[in-house]
Amino acid sequence: MEALLSNVDWPEIGIASWDTLVMVGMSLLFSVLAGLPIGVLLFLTSKRQLLDQPLAYGVLSFVVNVLRSVPFIILLIVMIPFTVMLIGTSLGVAGAIPPLVAGGAPFFARLVETSLREVDRGIIEATQAMGANVRQIIFGALLPEALPGIIAGITVTAITLVSYAAMSGVIGGGGLGDLAIRFGYQRFQTDVMVITVALLVIFVQVLQMAGDRLVLYFSRK
Amino acid sequence: MIVFNQVQKSYQVDGRAIPALHPTDMTIETGEVFGIVGHSGAGKSTLVRLINLLEPPTGGDIVIDGENITRYSAAELRAFRRNVGMIFQHFNLLSSKTVSDNIAFPMKLAGIYSKAEIRDRVQELLDRVGLADHATKYPSQLSGGQKQRVGIARALACRPTILLCDEATSALDPQTTQSVLRLLSEINKELGLTIVLITHEMDVVRRVCDRVAVMDAGRVVEMGAVSDVFLHPKHPTTRDFVFESESIDSQERQEDLQKASGRILRLTFKGESTYQPLLGSVARASGVDFSILSGRIDHIKDTPYGQLTLSLVGGDLESAMTALEAADVHVEVLR
Repeated sequence: MEALLSNVDWPEIGIASWDTLVMVGMSLLFSVLAGLPIGVLLFLTSKRQLLDQPLAYGVLSFVVNVLRSVPFIILLIVMIPFTVMLIGTSLGVAGAIPPLVAGGAPFFARLVETSLREVDRGIIEATQAMGANVRQIIFGALLPEALPGIIAGITVTAITLVSYAAMSGVIGGGGLGDLAIRFGYQRFQTDVMVITVALLVIFVQVLQMAGDRLVLYFSRK
Repeated sequence: MIVFNQVQKSYQVDGRAIPALHPTDMTIETGEVFGIVGHSGAGKSTLVRLINLLEPPTGGDIVIDGENITRYSAAELRAFRRNVGMIFQHFNLLSSKTVSDNIAFPMKLAGIYSKAEIRDRVQELLDRVGLADHATKYPSQLSGGQKQRVGIARALACRPTILLCDEATSALDPQTTQSVLRLLSEINKELGLTIVLITHEMDVVRRVCDRVAVMDAGRVVEMGAVSDVFLHPKHPTTRDFVFESESIDSQERQEDLQKASGRILRLTFKGESTYQPLLGSVARASGVDFSILSGRIDHIKDTPYGQLTLSLVGGDLESAMTALEAADVHVEVLR
């Protein structure tokens, strides 16, 4: 057993796991904070919805599509100058967060838009008929009704961010991905590779299970 | 009072205006139950949504209690809408809120009620619609009839003076329909609320409405007291609806009439005359023999009525008809 995992530096693995947790947690937080309003705006400005602003929808949708169509590995590199400007470095855990948010927020925004579309039009109509203004319709009816869908969206985004965070190891991002690339790939330490991948699998499983539980808890249908 | 002045509505489809409601004049009195009946696509949904401006008209004025609501600003319109409750075919309850929270929702949106006021009003409404035991349940745990009761309680929360019902019983089974209609009748009487209800079932109109407008292809084709429209329909669309509600196949009916001999009359009894032993005494006095070809005895709202189709042979037909008319029976000669 000792010989089998001879290259594994457990304290190092612990630090890398924590770094991944921080990267995913922080980028998820900012992705949700940025993506939720963008998703709501996408929904409201789209055709036959409350605001119905084709021009605003077109512009917003275009920006989201551009960010989503750039492969994440390219986005990591393209973002470097911007990241340095923003937080002083493009390396480490902190340096990985801006590109992760740039990749996660538009992804999450689309998921929010989709789950808002699932809300029965009749509920919006009924809320309007009660004399609600747009803000009250969003916070009183749309978001509570779409909550299970939005939570499912947060789960999917979190899992996507786990894999994005691992990718950021390529440009020196830190975390489990960084470990896998530096030791598992560049030094041919297969045991390190196996451990990091196993940890990522466990991480994703836990996220999915927690997300599913929350969705179930908030579903009243 | 709700007054429509040449109100019209059309939709822009591919740059062309498709009319949903042709210019319409209509008056709905305060405190009455006004039915709008029509097939799907006849424009009744549009018509009812014009009353709370969920659909803004493309022409004409809508005047409610002396105020032209089509000139309202956005804020005025929102305040006005609190005065108009609405219930829906598919209930449109918020699945994320409990029964109590659904009923409290319009009061919270209004922002002018204290927490205690909302709590008391919700309790009062729960009792009124008979759902006091279900206050903390979610809509998915209720039956269709219970959901519509929540819908009604929610619509009444801000004490509106008008209640709009959009096919409110169309998704319910016959028994539940009856109990929901009874509830609507009761609140109409208790609160003096004006109710405008749209439906595709003439039976619903017959049970609760005072007056009715029949719609076809974006036009009101017949309007009047339910008993007049129901017992003496003039427009073909109205006739279809009445026959449909009595499950009469008009072709079968023609064939039946051809088999009968003698004169064929349709007698319409209304109110007290329904219960009089009239036919026998008239037959004896005039020496006319009759056989009943078809008939129906029922109620229009609270008024009993009977409508019989008879074939008459022998005797003094003229005096029989005179005697019937003298007893307040409406006589139509069909053949």
